[in-house]
This record gives sequence, structure tokens and C-alpha cells, in this order.
Amino acid sequence: MNAPANVDHETLAASLPLDRIDVSDPALYRDDVWMPYFRRLRREDPVHYCASSMFGPYWSVTKYKDIMQAELAHKVLSSDSSLGGITIRDRPKDLRLPMFIAMDPPRHDEQRKVVQPIVAPANLAKLEHIIRERVCRILDGLPRGETFNWVDHVSIELTVQMLATLFDFPFEDRRKLSFWSDCATALPEAGGLIDSEEKREEVFAECLAYFTNLWNERVNAEPRPDLISMLAHGEATRNMTPREFLGNLILLIVGGNDTTRNSISGGVLFLNQNPEEYRKLRENPALIESMVPEIIRYQTPLAHMRRTAIEDYELGGKRIRAGDKVIMWYISGNRDEEAIEEPDRFIIDRKRPRQHLSFGFGVHRCVGNRLAEMQLKILWEEILKRFPVIEVVGEPKRVYSAFVHGITELPVRIPA
Amino acid sequence: MPQVTYIEHDGTEHRIELEAGQSVMQGAVNNNIPGIDADCGGECACATCHVYVEGDWLPRTGTPGEQEASMLSFAATAQPNSRLSCQIRMSEELDGLVVRLPEAQH
Repeated sequence: MNAPANVDHETLAASLPLDRIDVSDPALYRDDVWMPYFRRLRREDPVHYCASSMFGPYWSVTKYKDIMQAELAHKVLSSDSSLGGITIRDRPKDLRLPMFIAMDPPRHDEQRKVVQPIVAPANLAKLEHIIRERVCRILDGLPRGETFNWVDHVSIELTVQMLATLFDFPFEDRRKLSFWSDCATALPEAGGLIDSEEKREEVFAECLAYFTNLWNERVNAEPRPDLISMLAHGEATRNMTPREFLGNLILLIVGGNDTTRNSISGGVLFLNQNPEEYRKLRENPALIESMVPEIIRYQTPLAHMRRTAIEDYELGGKRIRAGDKVIMWYISGNRDEEAIEEPDRFIIDRKRPRQHLSFGFGVHRCVGNRLAEMQLKILWEEILKRFPVIEVVGEPKRVYSAFVHGITELPVRIPA
Repeated sequence: MPQVTYIEHDGTEHRIELEAGQSVMQGAVNNNIPGIDADCGGECACATCHVYVEGDWLPRTGTPGEQEASMLSFAATAQPNSRLSCQIRMSEELDGLVVRLPEAQH
């Protein structure tokens, strides 16, 4: 679409010919101007074909109910990495990464079941205590009366600590996890984190080598309740190829990292943008319970998931052809007025706050959803005990991506 | 109207009358019974309305379809008498149905 700088996006979104609308442009998310384009598509062309984009031709599914239908149609709309996997961007054919999120049943189910117990109720109860202790330590160490980046000090720190625990990963090396996560999802950009696929493969090789050591330690030891031990001993995963091991690692790292990180940052931002909601929360901390899913809806930390049609398929009155790329825009379905009341407002006491698409639905629904909610819940309980207000004091910086919908910098100040 | 009894994980019982045709999940949500989340609203797409069907009632509630079986297979607390309550429709034949709720819905 290549909108010129300083354009009025409301006007542009309303006036562009429909076939020129391309919601995959990563700049729309970096500049936080995606909303009017999706609003138009939901109204005028909810299942929309874009013939040309930086990611090639693709279908956009923009309404809640159509996304739900697509989620349930996994026999026709495949997630398989050999067809392109689950993101709009096709990786080069020889560099594809098999991982269970990018597999169809039955293989998907077999591998997923190996790691599923990490979030069983008994294990979550154990983790709750660890999370609270760490949240307290992080919050008590924050500077007062000076500006700092909330993303780095809190969002990243808390999520990598959690991830290090789930993997039983050497704690002092935990920032490698967020580095690998960022490299895995970054769009190649001159001067960016990753400037070529070769560079990305170098980082992946380092990640794989590190984890292979952990695997080797654990495969010969008694099974333990950490993700690496579970994969090393799991019937469906213990004979994975190194590439498949890498793929599943990247899945678990990105899944446990980027997503919760950006909801942690988003929450602070939304409360600052909605002082009335912040006041309601301070007066009634019990609203954390319904605020947490509302943050996850409003942020939608992964903007989309992709499928590839393996047969012709009809959706929203459109004929999708075998081989076509289908993008389910969670970020749009979560703002669909036919499914959610006043969807553009951030309301911390919604009646059915968990009715949102951010975790996906169907067999690929997020494994870690309740863990993510628990981390956010504990964080906000401890924040409210300490700080009446966290002030956002500058403009947030956002990720250049149509997949990870994230915030890289959020300058805040906690009054002294 | 047919009745269903929901028993929370801590043993608290709720006896509710449901209209025939309503799902057991919908009955729980409409009556604010804690322990049924029903995130997807009845599409058989999230496994957060998971229940254990008591005693002889299981065969009378029918057999899980393919989608339900696959969603249930990911629920950490699934047992042989697990069902997704959005897939059980109330009828006169199910009058007196008893379902227990798991420790948590994930």
C-alpha cells in the first residue's frame, strides 16, 4: 500500500479502492494505524483478497465468526510448515521449520500432548508461588521518580525469567531467550536485528547448539517436569530431527515470550490512555480478574495466524482456492462490533471478557493461555499493592511486523 | 423443565432447571455457576466447559464427536467420563443429570 508519511489514515482507508487495501503492510502496526483499514474490510468485504503484497497474494479473514469457522476447518485449512506454516511470511523452502503449531492432526496432537502437562492445574499452582516472588523482586527494584523503559525492566525481564524456569534454562543466560525470540520473528531489515536469512540461521544454530547440550544432559537422566526433559522423554518427540527440535524450541520460546511481554506492556499503556478505567481498578483491585483477558484482547499480541487451503473452500461467500494463503486477523476479529460490544473501548469490567480471539480457537488454541493470564494477574496484584500509578511519559515504539503486535519501548515514571 | 445438578470441585452443588434444547454449558453460564469458563461460547473450540458426567448418565449424553474428542484430549484433567458441556443438549430424558466440574478449565 505504501502510504505516504503524514497521511490521514482514516481518509485513506475510506477512499482507497478495496482491491488496493493491504493490511499486511508492517508499517501499519509500527505506526499504530491499522484500525480504519480493518473497519472498512469488516463492513464492506469481510473476506478480502489482496492480489499483491510484500508477502504475495493472500486472503484476509476479518470478522470474528468467519475466523472461528476457519479455526475449526483444520482439515481444509492447513497449518503445515511445508505449505508455509502459520505466519503470512513464507520462509525460504529449504529453511522451513517444522514445529507442532505448524503441523496438522494427528502429528500436531501427539507432539502437543507431550508439553501440555507443563500447564496442568497442579503445575500452575506450583508456578504461582515462583512468579509472585519474582514479580515482587522486579517491582521492588524499579527506579522511582525517573524515566525508564517498562518493556525492558519489567515485560521482558519477567517473561524470560518465567521461560527460563519452564525450560530449566541457566538463569544467568536467560536474556538469550528473548534475543532468540526476537530474531525468530524479526523481518529482515538493513540495520535491523536480522538483515538476512543467513544471519537468522546463524542465530538459530547457536540456539540449537545451546539447547542440544541441555537435551543431552536430560535425555539420560530421570524425566523431570521441565519442557526440555519432557521433549527428550516424550514418545512423540524423543526422535525428532534437530530441525524439528529447533522448530519446537522456537515455538515455545516465541509463544512464551513475545506474547505475554506485549500484554504486560499493553496493560500499562491502556490504563494510561483510559484514566477512568485506571481509577476503577485502583478502587476495586478485584477487577484484575476481568481486566487481564481484556488486556489480552485489546493488545492482541499476535495479530494473525495463517492457514493454507488444501482444497477449495467457501468462507463468507468467497471461494478460496486450493493453495491460497488465508490470514485470520485476530486483531480485527477482536474489534468486530457484531461479536464484542463497543470493541474499540478498553473496558476492564466486561461481562464475558474471555470471549476474544487472541489465543486462537480449535486444536491450535494457545497451550499457555492460563499461564499467561496468571502472570498478568499476579503482576497487577503486586503493582497495585505498591504503586498508585505508573505514568507513561512518552510515545511508545512499536514492532515493525504484521505478526508480532508488540511494543519495544514504553517510557514510564513511577512518582517518587 | 429437566433439571441438571452441577457439582463444583469443592463439592458445592447447584441444581438448575434448563429448557430442553439448551446446552449444559449455557445453563451454567446463564446461572453464573463458577468453574465453567466457556471461552468460545459453545463452538466446541476451546475445552473450557469441561465436565465429568456422573455415573450412569454418561452413555445417555451421547458420544463425543471428532472435534470434541480432539479438544478434550488436550485438557490436562480429562478422564474417561469427560465431556464438553456445550455439546450436551438438555432433554426430558436427561432430567436429573449430574455433572462434576474439574479443578480448573485448561
